[in-house]
Amino acid sequence: MPTIGANSHYILAQPYLGATATAMERRGANRIAAPFPLGERGTTDWLQAIATRFGVSDAVFNAATEAGRTRAKRAVSNYADRLSGKSVFFFPDSQMEPSLARFLIEETGASVVEIGTPFLHRTHLAEELARLPSHIQMSEGQDVDNQLDRARAAKPDLIICGMGLGNPLEAEGLTTKWSIEFAFTPIQGYEQAGDLAELFARPINRKRALGMTKLEAAPCS
Amino acid sequence: MQLTVWTYEGPPHIGAMRIANSMRGLHYVLHAPQGDTYADLLFTMIERNDHRPPVTYTTFQARDLGSDTAEIFKTACRNAAERFKPQAMIVGSSCTAELLQDNPGGLAKTLDLAMPVIALDLPSYQKKECWGAAETLYRLVRAFAAPRADGFVPAKNRCNILGPSSLGFRNRDDIVEITKLLEAMGVEINVVAPLGASPHDLTRLGDASFNVLLYPEIGDASARHLEKMYGQKTVRTVPIGVGATKDFIREVAAHIGTDADAFLETQSERLTWYSRSIDSTYLTGKRVFIFGDATHAVAAARIATEELGFVVCGLGTYAREFARDVREAAAKYGVEPLITDDHLLIEDAIIAAQPELVLGTQMERHVAKRMRIPSAVISAPVHVQDFPARYSPQMGFEGANVIFDTWVHPLMMGLEEHLLGMFRDDFEFNDGATASHLNHGGKAKPEAQTQAVEDAPSLTSPSLSLAEEAVLSWTVEAEKELKKIPFFVRGKARKNTERFATERGLTPITVEMLYDAKAHFAR
Repeated sequence: MPTIGANSHYILAQPYLGATATAMERRGANRIAAPFPLGERGTTDWLQAIATRFGVSDAVFNAATEAGRTRAKRAVSNYADRLSGKSVFFFPDSQMEPSLARFLIEETGASVVEIGTPFLHRTHLAEELARLPSHIQMSEGQDVDNQLDRARAAKPDLIICGMGLGNPLEAEGLTTKWSIEFAFTPIQGYEQAGDLAELFARPINRKRALGMTKLEAAPCS
Repeated sequence: MQLTVWTYEGPPHIGAMRIANSMRGLHYVLHAPQGDTYADLLFTMIERNDHRPPVTYTTFQARDLGSDTAEIFKTACRNAAERFKPQAMIVGSSCTAELLQDNPGGLAKTLDLAMPVIALDLPSYQKKECWGAAETLYRLVRAFAAPRADGFVPAKNRCNILGPSSLGFRNRDDIVEITKLLEAMGVEINVVAPLGASPHDLTRLGDASFNVLLYPEIGDASARHLEKMYGQKTVRTVPIGVGATKDFIREVAAHIGTDADAFLETQSERLTWYSRSIDSTYLTGKRVFIFGDATHAVAAARIATEELGFVVCGLGTYAREFARDVREAAAKYGVEPLITDDHLLIEDAIIAAQPELVLGTQMERHVAKRMRIPSAVISAPVHVQDFPARYSPQMGFEGANVIFDTWVHPLMMGLEEHLLGMFRDDFEFNDGATASHLNHGGKAKPEAQTQAVEDAPSLTSPSLSLAEEAVLSWTVEAEKELKKIPFFVRGKARKNTERFATERGLTPITVEMLYDAKAHFAR
């Protein structure tokens, strides 16, 4: 491990590194503030923050990122017809919810009803929160029955939730995606932006494949 | 406490959740931190329940610890009573919350709720899931089973079924099978508990004259209480396997006063004939390693030896409360009982036993798969695959049919073994090729598979220490001869030959010695 001190600069790649950041700063390291590298814009802004800190010129930065940006935009656009205009509701699970919501809103044309997150580090998430529309309900921590009431009332097109809630909500006819898949799948950076969009589109595609176009409660025993 | 990557049982509050999720009209308020809400997925994901378990977590966070967590509990409890309006509530703490010593039972009492509240005192650091489930059911039975009216005599043919629960291995289908069987015998089912029962149903437990205890791990404490309270007899034979099902029928018939033999004439099953049929001779003497909860492990050992002609080469359980039953069975089959919940010890025991079939939980299935030994699952802890779409009981005669298929299909068939020997050098049947049914989809990769088999530590002299191995060597001819032995018995041949040589201080191992050892260990 290189020595960490007052000349060190660091940038977080995940939102759940609060203790790591505290330890770095105790040694004098300086955090580079940025949104998380999800989607084309998140990745560009994350890289830009580093480039700015180290005085990389715009010309060099653009030359280095242009191809990636183009590929990422093209990949995400493949899912636009599935995601554009869809409403999404996040239950708290991974702490990545604000960043995922920002990606959806900025890059896919989806709207977000509520962003639940188990814990909100307001400093580390400041760049994300600033970009989110103010009308979105934020909820920190878990109060699952009240959150379920709000989700049922909102009838979103897609719900991102933990594995405990997926089947019960599907059984009610709602469409869900396990949030843990966003932790298990490589979704950061330009080359994964399309995969990230695909994760959101997959449950919607599956409903189409099964011929379930309308809100329709699944037959359960 | 020990860090592990696998556990057979969760903490006792998971057992209480299983009871809550089994029943109707019961709600569990659990003092637990945010992370413990993950327990929901045991039910909604593994069992594919279409509803959340009836559990309210207080979900306190680290920052709440300095403040009034007792108040958080009271609010959650009050809200749950109002929102769900259950017939009754159970309250308790998870492992983490136990350390707060907030006393959920006492706090709930102060709320003066409209429904009865039963406090659970489940010591998280001493007891485990099955005990927690049994204790919870017992507390509920004790609280709700109503005294009989003076002079009430229950119908002789009326029984309760005790033990089936949420997350139980095939409990869903066992109840259907056993209910059908009992009704065919003229028995009337009074209450099935906990699965499907409400607290109100528990008040009627006294209306039966006997209890059928299908899963002692969950229902034993309750059955004992009911024996004392009402003098109800407990039918204790667990009807898994043909022999046990017949014993079960005889025990029930003796109680209700009917002719068991006449009833048995009306019943049929296929296991017995399939096991006698000529193609099953290759099953004879197959070494089987058995591990699971006590009930299923003991039942499996009986089926294996008495009904399929296997030899039990290992028998164990993770259920310490029922270790005695497994010890007795192990003594009967002449093996050392393995009572542990350390999956690494169990893995070692499997390697040492060199079984040809492993019957266990999902963990033993996993171990067997890695060692390329056929296996079948016989016991909880459950996995999403243990809730098959098809009807698939373990109990009763249909259960015996299911068991025959489940245990026998993973084995290489007798003729298939011969073919592998005959066409050893054929591209399809070569040394490295596994049985066709074990090689889903893809083509056999002879090289890689042979390598995998050779590399598996399990199959190459597992019982020898490094020092012994260093001394032992094989002549080139002997190594070549060893290669002629089909791969699935090669490991055993190597081990036996090396043991034979070591015991006699012989080295290097020659072709002669290989065949001497074969003759020596022939069974």
